[in-house]
Amino acid sequence: MAKTARIEVKDQDLLGALRSFLKTVLNREEISAVLAPWRLPMKNRVMPTLIMDPQQLDQADPLAPAFAINSARVLSRLTRKPVGGQVAAVMRPCEIRAFVELVKLKQGRTEDLVIIGLDCLGAYSNRDYFRWATDPPEASTQKFSRAVLTGAGAAMDGVDLAPACKACEAPTAEGADIAIGLFGVDTAKELFVQARTGKGESLLGKLGLAETSEPSARPRALEQLMAGRIAYRDAMFEQTRAATETAEKLSAYLADCINCYNCRVACPVCYCRECVFVTDVFDHEPSQYLRWAEHRGAVKLPTDTLFYHLTRLAHMSTACVGCGQCSNACPNGIPLMELFRSVAHRTQAAFGYLAGRRLDEKPPLTEFRENEFPEVVGIGEGKTAA
Amino acid sequence: MSDFEPTIVAFFCNWCTFTAADLAGTSRLAYPPNIRIIRVMCTGMVDPKYVIKALLEGADGVLVSGCNPGDCHYINGNFKARRRIKLLKEIIEQFGFEPQRLRLTWIGASDGIRFSEIMREMTDQIKRLGPSAARLKMVI
Repeated sequence: MAKTARIEVKDQDLLGALRSFLKTVLNREEISAVLAPWRLPMKNRVMPTLIMDPQQLDQADPLAPAFAINSARVLSRLTRKPVGGQVAAVMRPCEIRAFVELVKLKQGRTEDLVIIGLDCLGAYSNRDYFRWATDPPEASTQKFSRAVLTGAGAAMDGVDLAPACKACEAPTAEGADIAIGLFGVDTAKELFVQARTGKGESLLGKLGLAETSEPSARPRALEQLMAGRIAYRDAMFEQTRAATETAEKLSAYLADCINCYNCRVACPVCYCRECVFVTDVFDHEPSQYLRWAEHRGAVKLPTDTLFYHLTRLAHMSTACVGCGQCSNACPNGIPLMELFRSVAHRTQAAFGYLAGRRLDEKPPLTEFRENEFPEVVGIGEGKTAA
Repeated sequence: MSDFEPTIVAFFCNWCTFTAADLAGTSRLAYPPNIRIIRVMCTGMVDPKYVIKALLEGADGVLVSGCNPGDCHYINGNFKARRRIKLLKEIIEQFGFEPQRLRLTWIGASDGIRFSEIMREMTDQIKRLGPSAARLKMVI
């Protein structure tokens, strides 16, 4: 049984309780810095920030419905070599999952790192958040977290959770060293803390928090939340599949794509250091365009739009964690998360794999077994001839 | 659709299936001219994007063929290819490409007869399926 404890919440100040918890963490001698969502002083925006001065934690805001970037990307940069101290990273569950995938690809390390995960209240899309976030910033986060945790829902002032969050069936911080529970917890009084790894347990043991057991309402609350999310997700899969079930329909789905590749830049698990689509492989001979146009009668420029998206799916769909940053990054509002998640759900199931679930599960395309998938070998319909 | 002549892009490994194709040729075994062979050193180097590109350019079928299990010149390239083909089938099926349009076979260097049989089978099968949707409709 993992170690569990409680963080006391005073005057219903959830953010205050989290901040003082993070201060206690940062004050530990072995922790050099905290990486956390943090309010920029110049504007009501929240960005992942590396904090060493405990005073600055007063601006930490892990509950704001702002999700400008999947922080797995910045954490990957921060941990690719020993960083010279231990960092406590406060992350959303999908950020943790993405980071787990990057660690498997040797693009990040878990040494010198303690991951603190929170039950995720979800986030608005960038566009919606920019519209919604008003001053004072403090009040907007409190309003949002209270609405979600009291069951009133995240929809307010004409904005609602991003579709990725509505379809997220994994809002608890499974992969964290220390997980902070909010759902099914009486957050007016306390937060529920759970050490999920040995590393988390050893740190939690030194923080002087009162021990407690899992709040009795929590399993039921999570179950209910998941049921709603899974229903939304499955309806989304159904709808997306119907909208993309032929090459022609997929072309229509992606017709607004301008090959800017922002979705690939924003994707935390698009792991290639240099994407083939920006190399000279795609600097076609000018006369080639004429040949394509001749062959088909007409060729849309830039070319290779489907080619790009399908290749990306072949690369990252088994690692997709459903964070929705692709949709966030698309300048033309293409519902990319819906497409990528629908495909990812199927490709991950094909290999019995779940992206970001465990560090010791190898990515499906980095291994093989000698006797597997007989159905893909051979010509005869239905036959599985070797 | 009896006069439909499909285009099948075939990636053959240098050591087994391509050698079998050579053997079929030197043995004067006929096989359909619909197969457009691209020789690669190993099926393990067939990047998924080669297959995707072929399908989007209007190939009616894509055949990847290499060594039998245990015979790979590079020890296990064919097993890696099998996972990639599995992945690709899962992806392309969602977008309406029939899974039979993408095939993986293992044909040993001495199997000239089997080679010509499999080429005929694949061609017949694609003829029955008809032209690929990507050939008929504009894809971007």
